[in-house]
Amino acid sequence: MSHRLETGGRLIDRTVPRQFTFNGKTMRGYAGDTLASALLGQGQMLVGRSFKYHRPRGIVASGAEEPNALMSLGTDKTFEPNARATTTELFDGLAAESQNHWPSLEFDIGEINAKLSRFLPAGFYYKMFLWPRSFWKHVYEPIIRKSAGLGRAPRHRDADHYEHFNATVDVLIVGGGIAGLQAAKAAGEAGADVLLIEQTAHWGGRAPVDGAVIDRVSADEWVSTTLATLEAMPNVRLRMRTMGAGVYDHGYALAYERLTDHAPDPSLPRHRLWRIRAGRIVTATGAIERPLSFAGNDLPGVMLASAVRDYVTNYAVAPGQRTVVVTNNDDGYRTALTVQNAGLEAVVLDARSGATGPLAEAARAAGIRVMTGRGISKVTGKGKVEAVAVCDVLGAGAVLEELQADCVAMAGGWSPVVHLWSHCGGKLTWQDDGALFRPDPKRAPTGADGAAFVLAAGTANGEFTTADVLSDAQKTGEAAAIQVVASGKAGAAATADPEIVQAMRPVWTMPEKASYALRSKAWLDYQNDVKVTDVELAAREGFESVEHAKRYTTLGMATDQGKLSNINGLAVLAGQLGQDIPKVGTTTFRPPYHPISMGAIAGEARGDLFQPIRKTPIHDWHDANGAHWEPVGHWRRPYAFVKEGEDIQTAVNREVLATRNSVGLLDASTLGKLVVKGPDAGRFMDMMYTNMMSTLAVGKCRYGLMCSENGFLSDDGVVARIDEDTWLCHTTTGGADRIHAHMEEWLQTEWWNWKVYVANVTEQYAQIGVVGPKARDVLIKLGGMDLSKDGLPFMQWAEGALGQFSARVFRISFSGELSFEIAVPASQGRAFWDALLEAGAEFRITPYGTEALHIMRAEKGFIMIGDETDGTVIPQDLGLNWAISKKKEDFLGKRAQERDHMTDPLRWKLVGLETLDGSVLPDGSYAVGEGMNANGQRVVQGRVTSTYHSPTLDRGIAMGLVELGPDRMGEVMEFNRVDGTYVLAKIVHQVFFDRDGDKQNV
Amino acid sequence: MSEAVSALAGSSAHGFVDVTEAGLVGMVTIRGDYGNTEFRDKVATLLGLNVPDQRQMTTGGTDKLLWMSPDELLLVCPHGEADARVGALSAGLSGVHHLAVNVSDARAAFCVKGTASGVREALAKLSPADLRASVLPVGEVRRTRLAQVPAAIWLESEDRAMVVCFRSVAGYVFDLLTQASKPGSEPRYF
Amino acid sequence: MLILKCPYCGVACDETELDAGGEAHLTRHGPGSSDNAFEEYMFMRENPRGVHFERWRHAYGCGKWFHAARNTSTLEVFGTYSAQVIEPPKDIREAISAKVPGWRWRDFA
Repeated sequence: MSHRLETGGRLIDRTVPRQFTFNGKTMRGYAGDTLASALLGQGQMLVGRSFKYHRPRGIVASGAEEPNALMSLGTDKTFEPNARATTTELFDGLAAESQNHWPSLEFDIGEINAKLSRFLPAGFYYKMFLWPRSFWKHVYEPIIRKSAGLGRAPRHRDADHYEHFNATVDVLIVGGGIAGLQAAKAAGEAGADVLLIEQTAHWGGRAPVDGAVIDRVSADEWVSTTLATLEAMPNVRLRMRTMGAGVYDHGYALAYERLTDHAPDPSLPRHRLWRIRAGRIVTATGAIERPLSFAGNDLPGVMLASAVRDYVTNYAVAPGQRTVVVTNNDDGYRTALTVQNAGLEAVVLDARSGATGPLAEAARAAGIRVMTGRGISKVTGKGKVEAVAVCDVLGAGAVLEELQADCVAMAGGWSPVVHLWSHCGGKLTWQDDGALFRPDPKRAPTGADGAAFVLAAGTANGEFTTADVLSDAQKTGEAAAIQVVASGKAGAAATADPEIVQAMRPVWTMPEKASYALRSKAWLDYQNDVKVTDVELAAREGFESVEHAKRYTTLGMATDQGKLSNINGLAVLAGQLGQDIPKVGTTTFRPPYHPISMGAIAGEARGDLFQPIRKTPIHDWHDANGAHWEPVGHWRRPYAFVKEGEDIQTAVNREVLATRNSVGLLDASTLGKLVVKGPDAGRFMDMMYTNMMSTLAVGKCRYGLMCSENGFLSDDGVVARIDEDTWLCHTTTGGADRIHAHMEEWLQTEWWNWKVYVANVTEQYAQIGVVGPKARDVLIKLGGMDLSKDGLPFMQWAEGALGQFSARVFRISFSGELSFEIAVPASQGRAFWDALLEAGAEFRITPYGTEALHIMRAEKGFIMIGDETDGTVIPQDLGLNWAISKKKEDFLGKRAQERDHMTDPLRWKLVGLETLDGSVLPDGSYAVGEGMNANGQRVVQGRVTSTYHSPTLDRGIAMGLVELGPDRMGEVMEFNRVDGTYVLAKIVHQVFFDRDGDKQNV
Repeated sequence: MSEAVSALAGSSAHGFVDVTEAGLVGMVTIRGDYGNTEFRDKVATLLGLNVPDQRQMTTGGTDKLLWMSPDELLLVCPHGEADARVGALSAGLSGVHHLAVNVSDARAAFCVKGTASGVREALAKLSPADLRASVLPVGEVRRTRLAQVPAAIWLESEDRAMVVCFRSVAGYVFDLLTQASKPGSEPRYF
Repeated sequence: MLILKCPYCGVACDETELDAGGEAHLTRHGPGSSDNAFEEYMFMRENPRGVHFERWRHAYGCGKWFHAARNTSTLEVFGTYSAQVIEPPKDIREAISAKVPGWRWRDFA
């Protein structure tokens, strides 16, 4: 059983004990522990159940590559599923729970799946759940959802907060091992702005554990000296607990900094997502050890050999009392020696026919039993390693000897971490020495300058001896810097003694001729429960492409993205296909390297900051007076002002009637206001609008339409001629920025010699509509301007002082009432609103919202952009031909409107609709016709575009687009409801109220 | 005249940098052709400020003239004088193709003050712009994005930045800056 | 995440400060043009793997439209230039030729 050793542990502090819980049970560890080392230190080998077969699983690795030890951490508002125990730093009070089991970790019903495993082969889901169709929804999906693995989604709102940070650097170096440190030093010396990031809480990577000697001192000593040097360099910045998550186009990289995971503090951001723009990115990301594929290799107690020595050296945790090291290369001996030196027992099974390197000799000299040409036939035990059956590695698995053991250390060789290299398209090349894929510098990701912007260094680049790693890193760091800053020179690389290494012997299934029974218990992908036989089956069934085999078997598709399984799976596939591994190729790695929190991705954009909310100067009054808000783009506009005891519809009705009968007040500040000025402004206005705007007289207003070049109606609004060369264009609320950009686009990219300037002054003004028969009376009380029928006729504007306010008054109407829209500087908008309320009190002036606005415009048959238009409607469809100039040679959309589809007489046209029973037509309802169309759908001949209850007429009114509509006045049509029934409505004129316009002409 | 109020009436917050809404600030957008010496000379005469070079600003008395684009300047002046400046420009530039409009009330301005590194760090949490001192020195204007809205930023001194955004999103920008400068969340980067 | 230098204000713009505007150097066909010419102008777009000319707007900046010549497959940027030209300037074309000899794009080479 795993346990804590009496002495040692380079990363733990035994004077600072830590208490935590696992599945509710209190446990103890030390400062510096990871959750994984603390669990092992407490003898907790079993940490979870596998995804598909619910097999008992233990800790395999010591870092980000861990596939099994996924935990749910925290509770309620700090609950987080799927955290790796190996990357979770221990703190006091940490609460961890294992996942994917029911009712408990030790006794799990789902384990029955393991007994059924031969009925759950690769592709099982695809084969099984195809039919019958109805089973999917009612049988299969509920079962799959219940049994699908990994953690539960959090149920509570996350109590933590997160942030982004943008940094621009010359050289980003990912990985704080000796390669990263050396590369950072070289790049810094060469004069570049350098950012060096390391995912763990420690610098130096594996070198200190592996006993490297650099510049004649221990790796630990060299690391601290080098760190001190780097910290003293003003152009080098260092970040721990910051993982390189992704590399993207043009040197963009994401890094994930975990600020408080190791010491929770709700007042601080938990994670910080770094958005880095780097001239060059050096990946010094090291390598990950490969497991070996033998039967029973997923039993708790079977670990990577490198992890075994990490636990012993870094945390003084013995994964077992007696460890069988199974290796195909020299590295396994390091683990054997480490274990032996810690006072534990080790035996080595070396797959090579002979072991002659210095490390093997050292092991033998230390009294470790070394067997060559041997492998593991199978590991047995009840829920944990108990015995190891030794076999001839070239044979079929006949047992030569059985060893009692409680830990198996797998040393299957190393795979460089090429993920970041690959994210942006970097390709790999196969290297026989070490049987690995390494970055191919000839096919690197290219940046804006056309050159490679990602450079791999050290172990990540396929270099494995300390001396090679350091010199490669120095060279790479210097090159990266010089490519960005163009000058400078780095100091020499640190040195290490050359190492004699005996070549590895690739072993993809162990033993080589293992029986089906053994292979079907040999795991490739622990997290997704993919075995050697599953990949073989995929190949036999024709999934020969590596990408297909991956999807069919789910190999490498779990949250670890196949960090351990990728190469072994490829090799098995290649073997089955009788091809070389590089021929079969590799799957593509995608960001992030390791899962990152959703909170970090969102950054500040949550809660009140999820989106910007645009507020008018009168927003606070609305908020304090019952506004029921409606989002209009990023604006918030009051839909209605709901009074005590009212529901929303009652409020809307009251607002409409009060406005029609006395006077209403509308905050129209959100309407777009664009100033168009210059000698060519008239000509430009004529191109922008379908109407003739150049002839509009100074002082007058005209309703105008704007179309896209494709002919479709895009925006509308009232245009005022301010002076000889200045027009003021009102746009819809949503249209202000869009139309401003549209005007600039045409001015900058088509008619750039035209002398026109445009300015968006939307927010300079608060604009308030004073609407209704008493509107003039209210304004007269403020005084200062002649707003009489003749003083300011309909569709004219005037400037002056209205009371204490300097104002521009437009006599325009979107309701059919006597109506003034008044613009005052935004800084005085609220004061002006208050003044109008006071002046209007005696007329019971009633603020109204957007719904009352919409109803009143519909009662008058006015169109609304976004209701009557949807990007497929041209002005002619809406009976707006009067607003389309016949005299102009050209305007945006004119040519498109001449296309035969646009002039088709069968295009649906705007009409009014009145239900026979007075009810309100359903929004978006279709007018159905006889028979079916070519697609087998019910024929439709029109649709509802706007539909309301009109308080003025006390009945439902609607507008719609209907085939030949204007020619079918009085005809009754059927409109569908969602419940499958129909409602009858008559085609009528679209102006329902005051058709002669008497009310506004007063 | 009724009393004018700025979007947030001078709200302020204290974190590792202090964020203060600058209250009423006069701003005039001026568009014109810098290549036209008549335009340049008249602007200089009318405002007493030379047309600044690319991304730069010129300062004199109460006013500042900021380069916003190849044909757009922003005059920053006392709020009560913006209309007068527009009037002077419009009259003085008559006959020269230009546009001058008062946009004081369409904007909100913030002062971000603290340590030299703190000011840049608070802004770097929100803007993708390269804020290294070698790229954005004091006195240079950078128009960029703060989270999801456009903004113009410049450093008045190493420990003081100005941020200008649209008035309607003043609350959003204030909350962004306040959260970004929460004590203890200093990235300690610059 | 592309980084393009705005030729108007000289800023290295992050892609999130820009709006993409599709293909560059279109010739407008208005009233009087044939259906085919209008269709070509309105709808038919190049989608090459390799050299391409695009319109971008420095939306969160100086607001100016500009053109970019770049390689859609390697992401190399050959240059950015004024939107107020009807063909790529000589220096841009030479920069492309230096990297992609014999390139063609619509009528340009």
